[in-house]
Amino acid sequence: MTDLAAPLTRASGAGLSPDAARARIRRRYRAEARFRLYGMLAVGFAALMLVVLIADVVNKAWPAFFETRVRLGVTPTLEQVSTDGKLERTSLMGGDYDAVLRTSLQELFPGVKDRASRRKLFNDLLSTGASAAVRERVLADPSLVGKTFTVPALLDDAADLYFKGLMTGRSERGGRGTLIPSATTGEITLTSTADDFSADLADTKRALAATARSLRREAERLLRSAAALPAGDERARLEQQAAEIVAQAADKEQRLAATGGAEPLDASEPSKLVVLDGGIIKLTSLGTNEATGIVLAPLASTQPAAAGSWKVVTLDQPEANRKLGDQQIAWLEQLRDKGLVERAFATRFFTSGDSREPEQAGILGGLVGSALTMLVTLVLCLPVGVGAAIYLEEFAPKNRLTDLVEVNINNLAAVPSIVFGLLGLAVFLNFFGLPRSAPLVGGLVLALLVLPTIIIASRAALKAVPPSIREGALGIGASHQQAVFHHVLPLAMPGIMTGTIIGMAHALGETAPLLLIGMVAFIVDVPAAVTDAATVLPVQIFLWSDLPEAAFQAKTAGAIIVLLVFLFIMNGVAILLRRRFERRW
Amino acid sequence: MTTMPQIDLAGAGVQPATAVAKPKVVARDVNVHYGEKHALHNVSIDIPEQAVTAFIGPSGCGKSTFLRCINRMNDTIASCRVTGRIELDGEDIYDRSLDVVQLRARVGMVFQKPNPFPKSIYENVAYGPRIHGLAQSKAELDEIVERSLKRASLFEEVKDRLDAPGTGLSGGQQQRLCIARAIAVSPEVILMDEPCSALDPIATARIEELIDELRENYTIVIVTHSMQQAARVSQRTAFFHLGKLVEQGPTEHIFTTPEDKRTQDYITGRFG
Ligand SMILES: Nc1ncnc2c1ncn2[C@@H]1O[C@H](COP(=O)(O)OP(=O)(O)O)[C@@H](O)[C@H]1O
Ligand SMILES: [Mg+2]
Repeated sequence: MTDLAAPLTRASGAGLSPDAARARIRRRYRAEARFRLYGMLAVGFAALMLVVLIADVVNKAWPAFFETRVRLGVTPTLEQVSTDGKLERTSLMGGDYDAVLRTSLQELFPGVKDRASRRKLFNDLLSTGASAAVRERVLADPSLVGKTFTVPALLDDAADLYFKGLMTGRSERGGRGTLIPSATTGEITLTSTADDFSADLADTKRALAATARSLRREAERLLRSAAALPAGDERARLEQQAAEIVAQAADKEQRLAATGGAEPLDASEPSKLVVLDGGIIKLTSLGTNEATGIVLAPLASTQPAAAGSWKVVTLDQPEANRKLGDQQIAWLEQLRDKGLVERAFATRFFTSGDSREPEQAGILGGLVGSALTMLVTLVLCLPVGVGAAIYLEEFAPKNRLTDLVEVNINNLAAVPSIVFGLLGLAVFLNFFGLPRSAPLVGGLVLALLVLPTIIIASRAALKAVPPSIREGALGIGASHQQAVFHHVLPLAMPGIMTGTIIGMAHALGETAPLLLIGMVAFIVDVPAAVTDAATVLPVQIFLWSDLPEAAFQAKTAGAIIVLLVFLFIMNGVAILLRRRFERRW
Repeated sequence: MTTMPQIDLAGAGVQPATAVAKPKVVARDVNVHYGEKHALHNVSIDIPEQAVTAFIGPSGCGKSTFLRCINRMNDTIASCRVTGRIELDGEDIYDRSLDVVQLRARVGMVFQKPNPFPKSIYENVAYGPRIHGLAQSKAELDEIVERSLKRASLFEEVKDRLDAPGTGLSGGQQQRLCIARAIAVSPEVILMDEPCSALDPIATARIEELIDELRENYTIVIVTHSMQQAARVSQRTAFFHLGKLVEQGPTEHIFTTPEDKRTQDYITGRFG
């Protein structure tokens, strides 16, 4: 820096002492370095935010791209799958394929005897759409009736969440001592030769202490707010509440203080399951080397189990807070231990429409709806927008009227999108009577929304074409129109494409105006035409994000990814197109 | 610099200062306003056929403005208003019934900055004939392109890369391409607005040679800020000053025995 600066100062240092000149140069270098640093910081910050955002969405979305299935061996009987005992397609269409799966499950769990449990076994574990796999196989090959084959049966969303680890934290640890069960079913006592349950006991005590503390704090808070109130009903009510909480806390503290005795476990505490000898026991009370529990899956025998051949599974989420009870989880654990559970890529997510059942809900409806809507938008607003821009920029007389039009186009670009939705509702639906929820109307509304963007961008692009090109064409006798269409427009095309893409990307993410024209309805069918009822990706995201089922959270993130990919593809195509236009020099 | 092209003043020298024998373009009392600004005052001039007429004068004196009146390029400027009379072969070019596109095909123009279309060399030249329907077949079009490039003495340099972009040529080549483009529609008059101002001396010399050759077939009007250039290439010269046509006549006269004090001052470099 200094050896560079030295000759410079001599050359340009008129009126400045060499030192002052050098200081000036250094200041300039510093300012430039600082500016570069700011630029890099800004870009880095933006990139970081983007990475964080995408990482977060992808992390939340990955469960949506996988589904859990259980491979069931089924033997469909003619009575089950045929409505009239024939192997005709029409008879097989109406078959009771649920029954086939139900039978298969019952054979897997012979210990489940009573009707209520059997119903739970089928309803809580399998998706309502699971039997579709059997139906497909049988319809494709009716000779399978009466034979045994395996089908991947889709699990219900809760079971799926359990296997994905999203329902509850799960940890297991092997037994250290030999465990002796008192019976194979019912309420039994487990006795270990080591102090196998002391850690669990300590855990439970710790949890009790924490609960008691937070109960006390809650009671104090209530009392404080009660003290601030004037004496009266409200104050009495709060004091009453506080007293109840204090009583609960006292109960927990009492249990804490009691040593040696067995500690009961209830549904508000993490569940402990003992897996032993083909059976599963849910613990209901803990001692240091003895525990009692209820058998959820019958044991093969009362043989003592050696250390390491049995284990304790802890489910962090208390049963009361879970959609799936310990019984169902015990069944799922058994299925997994039998090696029947598999995880596969959820093609279903991309090939089916919306559904009330999270495990069956797919994005295809929204995807096709968005594609159709975008198509309508593009077909309408590209020619109209570019045409308007060419006319206004190149041919329109410059007068009050065109000034007014110009101002209003700019105003239109600033109108909130929901207003366009209201307009669509009033004009397209109520006045013209176009179908509700249809991509056609969505496309029309979005075209209105995008039009100003395209016009403004196209006009800027046309204006940016050097006048010398226009003059060159006019100078050899091209008419104004020829000059515009042969020379100016092709050169403006890349800019027009960019504007169009920005507009379309904007439209693709637009939700509010589409809500107003009814595209927010729950639609299961994938639209086949622009007049079919449909929804679009952002509305689908909005709908799913609002649903209570936990599985829909992953679906929401998955749909966001699909939307982003759709957007990237659209931008990619636009960049390719732009390159093509640009390559024509 | 380079050798000065031969200037043929034998015929022009004896002509009276304002009248020419065979005027191609005749202008009478042309006034141009840009909005409120009066840019050109009562310009009257005869431009002879198959000769080079140079417009000289200090910057902003209205040379380009007048040049652009001859092919009505000023029509494209909204604020511009032209009055007076300009005839091309005795036909009023500001007549309502005249088609301005036809006029511009007859009166071609080459601009100050080379402005080839961002297309191939071939397309640059072929564009004019194509829109005017001058070629019936591809072969004919090829021939027009080749002939025009040859006349613009560019063909030898670009014959192997007619598909290359015109914008990839050097400045001088680009300007010759623009001349070829203008020639391709067989104009009668070629207007050149400081065609060499963006070029280096060697490229300039080539263009000047070219202009001298083109004189045989075309009527050429060239605006230049270089008096040497005017002296080298033109047979007649018109001196503009502050929107007025001060003096015109055979180039030799203007440069050796200017009548007006302002011309004299300009030529001797006292202002400008
Ligand atoms: N498009 C225009 N709008 C307004 N004034 C113009 C325009 N073009 C040229 N003028 C004015 O007209 C005068 C003549 O300009 P011009 O013909 O370009 O001069 P030059 O002799 O340098 O070519 C100048 O004063 C210039 O400012
Ligand atoms: Mg000029």
